[in-house]
Amino acid sequence: MIYRIEIRPKTGVFDPLDQGLLKGIQELGIKGVYNIKSVAVFLIKGNLPESDVRKICQELLTDPIVQEFKYYQNLVGEKSKGKQVYDFEITYNQGVMDPVESSTLKAIKDLRVTSVEAIRTAKRYILHANISQPELKTIQEKLLYNKVIQHIVADPGQSYPSQFREPADYNFKINYVDIIRATNKRLQEISQKGQLFLNLVEMRTISNYFSLLQRNPTDCELETIAQTWSEHCGHKTFKGKIVYSEQCTANSKKIKRKTVINNLLKSTIMKVTKKLNKPWCVSVFEDNSGVISFDQDYNVCFKVETHNHPSAIEPFGGANTGIGGVIRDCLGTGLGAKPVLNTDVFCFGLPDYDFSKLPAGALHPKRVMKGVVSGVRDYGNKMGIATVNGAIIFDNNYIGNPLVFCGTAGIIPKKYLKKSAQKNDLVVLVGGKTGRDGIHGATFSSGELTDESETVSSSAVQIGNPIEEKKVLEAIIIGRDENLYNCITDCGAGGLSSAVGEMGRNLGARVDLEKVPLKYHGLSYSEIWISEAQERMVMSVPPKNIIRLKEIFDQEDVEFSVIGEFTGNKRLELFYDSKKVCDLAMEFLHDGAPRITKKAEWTSSKFAEPKFNCPEDLTETLEKLLSDLNICSKEWVIRQYDHEVGGGSVIKPLVGEVNDGPSDAAVVRPRLDSRKGVIVSCAINSRFSLIDPFWMAASCIDEAARQVISVGGSLKQTALLDNFCWGNPDKPDRLAGLVRAALGCLKTALSYKLPFISGKDSLYNEYNLAGESKSIPGTLLISAISVVADTRKCITMFAKQPGNLIYILGLTRDELAGSAYFKLHGFLGNNLPKVYPKESLTIFQRLEKAISQGFVSSCHDCSEGGLGVALAEMAFSGGLGMDVFLKEIPYKAQSSLPVRQAGKHKAQNPRNDFLLFSESNSRFIVEVEPGKKRFFEKLMKGVNFGLIGCVNNSQDLNIYGLDGEICIQQQVSKLKKAWQEPLNW
Amino acid sequence: MKVHKTKPRVLILRTAGTNCDKETAFAFEVAGARAEILHINQLISANRKLSNFSILAIPGGFSYGDDIAAGKILANELKYRLEDDLLRFLEAGKLVIGICNGFQVLVKAGILPGSILREENFSLEQISTLTNNDSNKFEDRWVYLKSQVTSHKSQVRCVWTKNLPEVITLPVAHGEGKFICQSKSALQRLDRNHQVVLRYCKQNGSIKSVSYPENPNGSEDNIAGICDPTGRIFGLMPHPERHIWNSQSPYSKFPLSKIKPGDGLIIFVNGVNYAKRYL
Repeated sequence: MIYRIEIRPKTGVFDPLDQGLLKGIQELGIKGVYNIKSVAVFLIKGNLPESDVRKICQELLTDPIVQEFKYYQNLVGEKSKGKQVYDFEITYNQGVMDPVESSTLKAIKDLRVTSVEAIRTAKRYILHANISQPELKTIQEKLLYNKVIQHIVADPGQSYPSQFREPADYNFKINYVDIIRATNKRLQEISQKGQLFLNLVEMRTISNYFSLLQRNPTDCELETIAQTWSEHCGHKTFKGKIVYSEQCTANSKKIKRKTVINNLLKSTIMKVTKKLNKPWCVSVFEDNSGVISFDQDYNVCFKVETHNHPSAIEPFGGANTGIGGVIRDCLGTGLGAKPVLNTDVFCFGLPDYDFSKLPAGALHPKRVMKGVVSGVRDYGNKMGIATVNGAIIFDNNYIGNPLVFCGTAGIIPKKYLKKSAQKNDLVVLVGGKTGRDGIHGATFSSGELTDESETVSSSAVQIGNPIEEKKVLEAIIIGRDENLYNCITDCGAGGLSSAVGEMGRNLGARVDLEKVPLKYHGLSYSEIWISEAQERMVMSVPPKNIIRLKEIFDQEDVEFSVIGEFTGNKRLELFYDSKKVCDLAMEFLHDGAPRITKKAEWTSSKFAEPKFNCPEDLTETLEKLLSDLNICSKEWVIRQYDHEVGGGSVIKPLVGEVNDGPSDAAVVRPRLDSRKGVIVSCAINSRFSLIDPFWMAASCIDEAARQVISVGGSLKQTALLDNFCWGNPDKPDRLAGLVRAALGCLKTALSYKLPFISGKDSLYNEYNLAGESKSIPGTLLISAISVVADTRKCITMFAKQPGNLIYILGLTRDELAGSAYFKLHGFLGNNLPKVYPKESLTIFQRLEKAISQGFVSSCHDCSEGGLGVALAEMAFSGGLGMDVFLKEIPYKAQSSLPVRQAGKHKAQNPRNDFLLFSESNSRFIVEVEPGKKRFFEKLMKGVNFGLIGCVNNSQDLNIYGLDGEICIQQQVSKLKKAWQEPLNW
Repeated sequence: MKVHKTKPRVLILRTAGTNCDKETAFAFEVAGARAEILHINQLISANRKLSNFSILAIPGGFSYGDDIAAGKILANELKYRLEDDLLRFLEAGKLVIGICNGFQVLVKAGILPGSILREENFSLEQISTLTNNDSNKFEDRWVYLKSQVTSHKSQVRCVWTKNLPEVITLPVAHGEGKFICQSKSALQRLDRNHQVVLRYCKQNGSIKSVSYPENPNGSEDNIAGICDPTGRIFGLMPHPERHIWNSQSPYSKFPLSKIKPGDGLIIFVNGVNYAKRYL
């Protein structure tokens, strides 16, 4: 028997959910909907008396104050009928699990109702509207459901019973793939059809290996190799050989420089760390995240991951599992670190993008953004991890391929850092059950997105269950503190295949696949092995500790299964019901991949420097820049994240007189009983990359570093993370940009003495646009983490007190290429901001000292929008005006920008607009009390600084141009409005 | 009057999805208690006993993912699995605090606002709720709260909120914090009975024409925290455990010259001191 239960708001009760939906429909441009009612539907299967159904409704499913219920013994319920009434319901596709189902089952047991077998959920919508069928379809598809994971229930009477039907049992049959006799063409076919994303050379290598063994591989063996060798897991571009050449311009074919890079990762990113050899870098590029020393007892770890392709197809689920995955990286660091903070950085197309111009198969950027933000909110908040730092870039180059970066930092006692699986340890799988979800995720992310991605790869998408992961976290920390296991890692991309394969790399492992707990019947041995079902971890446990460890997991209601053993025979052996389905030498699996040589050809571009006169009044310009989507307030997003949970938050993401200004970086105390803290910051700037990724990388490192300094940090114990998101590296122009960016990282990080401790690359970020494969702009995210000894000395960015002095530190140059100001005028330009390490290091050191000695009331770094935007932000966040004089700004002409006006002006003459909106690096705006002027200026000796103005008593920002005339005058409240409005959804 | 020399024992109850247990325990420890975090399974299996503690704290988080409705599943678990222990605990005159998700649990279990007519007779019937914010989204922000000011000291019922300054500031972080009472008259009774102890207010303490975002969720009568008729059971949506030092407050002037207690600490100290005196 299946009962249908419907829960809806009582008449007259305001329902914000329905109001939100109505607003969403209006935003789609559909005006004919007067009313929408959503109804929660539960379908309960079991032999239970009606009295129990009533009890479940009354005691559990209905809030007696605001809701009412109805239940039916038929599956359809009562359909609303009538003109202009649309009544339909949406449910999850088979195999996609709604976490609500399992918690509802648990809660029904608490009611002492034991006869319920299974539950499904659905959402019913009743629209009163005067709309066309296509409009209805738009509402459904663009707002209410995503066909990748959900569908509209056409016939409830038919389809619900089938939703409850268990899939058929799996009948074991071993599958061999004939590759030893296959032609090249056939090998390529096998790779493509099996979604292995292996190239011919790799397929040949595998074929040769099995030829020697005189047998064909099983499907499972082939999958295992494909996953281990995938770009996602193996980073073959970064670790492969690259023939790199540079030429000056597109026209001259003259090659300026040609080099062979043997291993890009080792010769750039890792080289920095190796050369700097910082004693506080305790584990770099080996564990699931990078680890630095925090205090005598603890280390902190930090990792940032991307989840781009899944987020493009199912934004909520993609971002949800993205953050879930990086949290598991933290849990899988050492013997388990406890997460303390999250970061998130996104790149989207513009939220007002024309629907009709969307590439086939792409979701609208506004929907992507809302989904991604909800996904991060859901997972981060439910895990109880404060999301404290992030950034959002809007650029239509990301229209078919958004980027979603998720980061987690954690804390781990020093004694739990070392781990290694031991011979005869048991392989234990804990956490969520295994389903068909996420199959081929690792290889999927190693290919380009096409308009068929959402159908072909839909199994690569899934929804996370943060509560499951929270339970796993609690159990792991208890088990860790009792020293019950030797090694732990997360099941991420590649699932068990990569977790067990990696953990048993030096030992060998045997796994009995039928012992893996499944969500439903019917999974083949291969599917079990490569499934990327979420919220799972693999542990290596000495047999004597199994009973106690299981007790701990039982208490947290977490699944715990012994599935195999680390053998010591250096082979990966898999069995299903005692039948061998995989037998590979670990050596071949991990070291057998052929090294790939790729070509990279860099052609430096020359973009014209724009020609336009400096407008006399720049007030409107400043307001427009403040409203630039990449500069404007992200409060709508930030407030949806819990950034206070844990109680460690010191400098918050939103600061100011009324807590709504943009903080430069976040400061968090990971230990409640200590004043010590960590600073996290991030920098991303893809417009610079369009001109030269080398300087883009340099600028990003500078920005991340100056944000650390801005809040009162020091570079002495600051480490960096790199995340490269690039186009197809098999195309020489794309790869060349990547090489340039890596070289920029090498040069800048070395001179700033900032080691990299972890990183990740996501390549193949391309999508099909009008028949052409379009790459995203090469995008580098630099995240910084820094240890700050005394968080009391940290400071914020908003103006504090009328009468205080305003300084600028650092030289302003006419480096406006890639700036928000040039973008406003429709130009890119060519003269990018550079990094001058000698100058900047002096500034960083002096400013750090000034802040730690208490001379600085507030400090804000100059980034997008330059000095003008930075001043406005400081002023309106503090609710105070300022008087500023541009002629006091230390300026240096760098280029010969063609700014002549009828030959009168010399090229190197500064202009008001360039001074205000240049995005030169290593600059800060600093507020100092008049009484501290002398001490402050003494400290700044040798630094290019200018006393440019003061905080005033009015509510106006007044900026005086080079000629002494006012060029910007506006009330700070109006500036704030311009800054807040664009994303105030 | 007996005065305990030992520290009062606080049980911080957690279950799947609880996530403010550690900082709540820390706040109680700073306030002078001995706090212990226990999983509800440890109480249900009777390995550990509620009766050994003086204070029960249900911390914030997303118990069972807030599936169905925030706090509902844990509320039912308390009602159906621990009812006897719980009622005995309440009848023994011991203290309870529910913060954020914990408040939602207390309200949905009917423990708060409690039976108004029968002061020492605890019933478990839900007469109010905490439901979706009017803004339709989870929000994290610092709010100003007006504590109950009464003309007579004797009218101060709530053990937890006495001696609070008239206006305090704490962060809220929730998606379902809109307090609604069964009826207008029930709401008035709560007020008359001095059970409304914290209201969202303006910076100057005014509770007149308070609107979003000062009242972050649309709660009736700007209600942020209530106590039961005995004053011993207290629930609130804001997070006092996130403001036990001034270093946690955005209104502190950085750089800080000195670490001072924050507004939230007083609440924990009140509970602990009461337990030291009377329990």
